[in-house]
Amino acid sequence: MSQDAHEHKQSFISHYIFSTDHKMIGKQFLLLSTIMACLGGFMAYLIRWEVAFPNVPAPFFGLVSPDKFNAIITLHGTIMIFFVGMPFLSAFPSNFFIPLMIGARDMAFPKLNMASFWLTFAGAVLLVASFFVPGGPVAGGWVGYPPLSASSEFAGVKWGACLWLLALAMAFFSSSLGGLNYLVTAITLRAKGMTYSRIPMTVWFLLASAVTFFFSVGPLIAGDFMLIMDNMFGTGFFLPAKGGEPMLWEHLFWFFGHPEVYVLFFPALGMGLDIMATFTRKPIFGYKLILWSTVSAILLSFIVWAHHMFLSGLNPILATPFSITTILISIPFAIIIFCMLATLRHGSIRLEVPMLWMLGFLATFLVGGLTGIFLGSASVDIYLHGTYFVVAHFHYTLFPSVFFGGFSAVYYWFPKMYGRKLNEKLGLLHLALTFIFFNGTFWPLFRVGIGGMIRRIADPSFYPQYHQFANWNIFATICAISLIASQSVFLWNLVLSMNHGPKAGKNPYQSNTLEWLADSPPPHGNWGPVLPVVTSGPYEYSKPGESEDWHSQASNIKGETVHG
Amino acid sequence: MDGPVSGSGPSAGPASDRRMEPARLGIILFIIAEIMFFSGLISSFVMFRFSPVPWPPPGQPRLPLEVTSANTLILLLSGLTFFLALKPLKASNSQLFKGLLTATAVLGFIFLAVQGAEWVRLLHFGLTVHASIFGGFFYCLVGIHAVHVTGGLIALLWVLNKAWKEKYSAQNTLGVELCRMYWFFVVGLWPILFFLVYLI
Repeated sequence: MSQDAHEHKQSFISHYIFSTDHKMIGKQFLLLSTIMACLGGFMAYLIRWEVAFPNVPAPFFGLVSPDKFNAIITLHGTIMIFFVGMPFLSAFPSNFFIPLMIGARDMAFPKLNMASFWLTFAGAVLLVASFFVPGGPVAGGWVGYPPLSASSEFAGVKWGACLWLLALAMAFFSSSLGGLNYLVTAITLRAKGMTYSRIPMTVWFLLASAVTFFFSVGPLIAGDFMLIMDNMFGTGFFLPAKGGEPMLWEHLFWFFGHPEVYVLFFPALGMGLDIMATFTRKPIFGYKLILWSTVSAILLSFIVWAHHMFLSGLNPILATPFSITTILISIPFAIIIFCMLATLRHGSIRLEVPMLWMLGFLATFLVGGLTGIFLGSASVDIYLHGTYFVVAHFHYTLFPSVFFGGFSAVYYWFPKMYGRKLNEKLGLLHLALTFIFFNGTFWPLFRVGIGGMIRRIADPSFYPQYHQFANWNIFATICAISLIASQSVFLWNLVLSMNHGPKAGKNPYQSNTLEWLADSPPPHGNWGPVLPVVTSGPYEYSKPGESEDWHSQASNIKGETVHG
Repeated sequence: MDGPVSGSGPSAGPASDRRMEPARLGIILFIIAEIMFFSGLISSFVMFRFSPVPWPPPGQPRLPLEVTSANTLILLLSGLTFFLALKPLKASNSQLFKGLLTATAVLGFIFLAVQGAEWVRLLHFGLTVHASIFGGFFYCLVGIHAVHVTGGLIALLWVLNKAWKEKYSAQNTLGVELCRMYWFFVVGLWPILFFLVYLI
């Protein structure tokens, strides 16, 4: 770790590529996830095109034949979750903001941090490489159920499956190393005075995300290893013909898979809470209540996994307890959401772009959360399982978390990252288009799903009972294409504002937390010669009897307009 | 590590100034992740072990119980020597420290060598990964543990090298302690695997 805070003279390679600076690694994760999001978004377009206009060649690609369709839905899921969601929502903010918000100079293990990025990168390369191997990429669905994924005799894909499993392993190792680093950093490197009750919500929720990932991924790494053995060395752990048990994979996968949803949801919540405090000029309602709700949500998230397996041949006696835990887990999240609503009450709300994105996140995520209660109930799930209702529910949880939550964070912290403000008009346009077209894409899918249309079908025109949904599907597809296209507004804004945006200064929102005391962008070592000493909590806004409505967490470093 | 804060701010509140060494916490978390990984493997094994299928399957060789029992004792002994090694280091008894550390490495190496020799014999008798689930699990569980022992041994050799160069002292024991924590995990895991794979 650097004792000295002055700028180092660094070569291009050590500064931009093999950097150990937490901020550069954060930006690397951001860039990687943006590139992968373009790839994943293109796949989403191909999927929706084929469902709406079966057997019509898709522009810029050609005919999406059923085998290609299977590969594309599989890789769309894998890319979006492990190579967009994880880097964009967990790795990028954890790297960039945990050290800044706790007043540290860097991560506890900067080299491990660098390794974590390059592992994700290697995983992404392996995944993209699987397009070019004989047999094509894996096509067994992103959940990789055996026996489809365990032997090439079923799916006709050997190398694609192996590469996919290796890419997943890389992503798991990367996020585990990252999580270890975030936890150690936040526990051991906090600035003087940064007690546990003064840690901003962003840091708490990024840690919650890291803990949840850390404790759930081990068994899936074991399962991933066993599946690689099945594919490459001829074992039969998951192959019934060799005495194996395909259900075992489902248990290992969903033991991780359900907590993973919260791994992606927690950072959005935490960043949302900080944004909310800044733009309502009010303390968070129920700081400790929110934290204890999160603890109980994490604990519960480890005992809900079988709700993904109600129709897998699981003993029906188990369905009831898993339904109960699943419905129980909505209680801590409901508490958190109500705390957020209570934070809004009587606030001096400033409807700036990050705040609007955050409210968009709340509004859309709520739909995903509430439809989850339907699916968690075994009796309802028996009807809805495997339909587009599940697709809609899933996208109503993950899209708001990753994109609405992630974009609100990027809009909020962009001035800190690049020293310039993002263009507000373009930000509003981006939000309006995203909000309208996101709902336009996935709302109809609830209707289609309740109508009984099964997902993962390349050509719905083949089934007469789905003809009635053709117009719904065309509408959803037009909205999906518009949704993807409207993200170009964001990319344009990014490129434009990075070079020509108005200078932001240290603390453009008059916010309390420590990162706003550092220069924008913060130099190597973050703090100059003096580390911040924390003297108050993160949310002391509008304190009675003070002349200004904010109060920086540390008073020994002067920000630009720091309060007396 | 960042040095103490030079700014003289107002009272900083009850910040815990005696925080844990980052590397120590890192190793603890790493071991927790490893425990979760092995829990996945072990619970998969247990699921098959207690299914109604005969175990080990007919035609597959029995596992060498006597040799492996002796080998288990050797590994446990290496845990004991490492356990005892820290006290002489803290008492500045460098000779005894280096002796015990070397003994740990030798015992660890013997364990690996015996395991390897047994594997060769078993392969000869037809116990392969693809012959049966039994074989697959045997090599996965025992093999992944062996990989961990190898990793521990590499770390141990690195520590040993530094120890012979007198890089450790009564005040500077962190490297030894980190290696010891990981070695205890590897040693402590083996009796569980031995019990599950060989005994029941």
